[in-house]
Amino acid sequence: DVSDAAARFCPKRSGSGMDREEVSTGTTIMAVEYDGGVVIGADSRTTTGAYIANRVTDKLTPIHERIFCCRSGSAADTQAIAEVVAYQLAPLVETAAHLFKASCYRYREELTAGILVAGWDRRRGGQVYCVPIGGMLVRQPVSVGGSGSTYIYGFMDSNYKPNMTKEQCLELTASALTLAMERDGSSGGVVRLASISESGVERRVILGNQLPKIVSTH
Amino acid sequence: MALSNVLEIPAAGFNFENAARNAALEERFGGGKTPKPLKTGTTIAGVVFKDGVVLGADTRATSSEVVADKMCAKIHYIAPNIYCCGAGTAADTEKTTDILSSNLAIFSLNSGRNPRLVMAASILQDTLYRYHGTIGANLILGGVDCTGNHLYKVGPWGSVDTMSYMAMGEFWDLAAMGILEDRFKPDMEIEEAKELVRAAIHSGIMSDLGSGNNIDICVITRDGVDYIRPFQESQFKDNRKNKYKYRPGTTPILTQKVVPLKLEVVQETVLRMDTS
Repeated sequence: DVSDAAARFCPKRSGSGMDREEVSTGTTIMAVEYDGGVVIGADSRTTTGAYIANRVTDKLTPIHERIFCCRSGSAADTQAIAEVVAYQLAPLVETAAHLFKASCYRYREELTAGILVAGWDRRRGGQVYCVPIGGMLVRQPVSVGGSGSTYIYGFMDSNYKPNMTKEQCLELTASALTLAMERDGSSGGVVRLASISESGVERRVILGNQLPKIVSTH
Repeated sequence: MALSNVLEIPAAGFNFENAARNAALEERFGGGKTPKPLKTGTTIAGVVFKDGVVLGADTRATSSEVVADKMCAKIHYIAPNIYCCGAGTAADTEKTTDILSSNLAIFSLNSGRNPRLVMAASILQDTLYRYHGTIGANLILGGVDCTGNHLYKVGPWGSVDTMSYMAMGEFWDLAAMGILEDRFKPDMEIEEAKELVRAAIHSGIMSDLGSGNNIDICVITRDGVDYIRPFQESQFKDNRKNKYKYRPGTTPILTQKVVPLKLEVVQETVLRMDTS
């Protein structure tokens, strides 16, 4: 019976069809600093309850020429905050991160937004700032976020070493995201990567069948 | 240049003006079931093809289990180069697209330009985000502007997605999306694209009780708009006529009897009216 199937899919349905759950980027995002810039990465899955609303989402949102943010949490909330911050054209990564924090902390009760702010500026080079749900702000050399991040804290802690090259950072990010996508139902699709440095922004996409093959027991 | 607005943007902060009114309305129904809003339990789809965008929608509007409108128009005009399919609460989609259309018309008059899709999508996002999901409008915005052919999906909470093909339906868009995922190719020709959208809506109609009746198609290209309503008519057509007018003389008069009523004036009272 159709209505039973729907109830199984989305247990919060209260009778009328369109009050679906909010669109959420149940996600895995990651940002790593290297000497000369940062590497950021994200998966591409956006879900509404158990349904994948967009399987090719771009969660790496430009804020300024060499400043990006990785969005996790509610799609609507994070898009809105990112627009507010981008509008203010902050040239320094630290400033952009503080602007994110200002919004996320002030409206902490109403928002669901976990954001990584990463970029390059002339004053401090490559920087990664983490603004999780609640509105904390902390600078970290490497940071992961989103629902899939729980599965890769160990991988990140044991494989990140300071002073890696850009290529090593890209490999680390791709592997970490692959592992998280493997385990987390709300993360998947393709891996989007970007590297930001003085020379600009380089973006690339790794399709599902091109992801690094990681040996596992199944 | 500030955007002139059809309606005043409400002041910042909370506004509880409607709380008393809502409470009074609920009381009217004595704690029982309030009437369900008219919803387009719908299937809508959009596809970007070589020369433009094709939008499609079914034409059934339901109020709980009753089909309230069999020929509902779900593809709304926004601008000469932009149309929008709406799913969700019928009143919300109508009004939101109406207000957007008016605001973009003002913009066009002020600037002398056709509006761009990003602008329409941003305004929708802004409005819907401000209402935090209380406006039940799931919209597929499509059109052609100077930057190319675009399709945007806007959710009721204010999230915006852009893709080359998309569908929305009552149970998300499972049926229609299946067809699109299977048969979509980039840079299709116009007839292929129309057929693909028709097939997607058709599968939605077949799989979902809230979608049905006819299929409307709207093709937007640089040269103009072709709004085909209906593109495909339902196989299950109704022969009922809604008007039942009989010409005078249809009912034959067999006999006629006239009885004059004699009335006597029994009492007469005069009441003066003050008309000064």
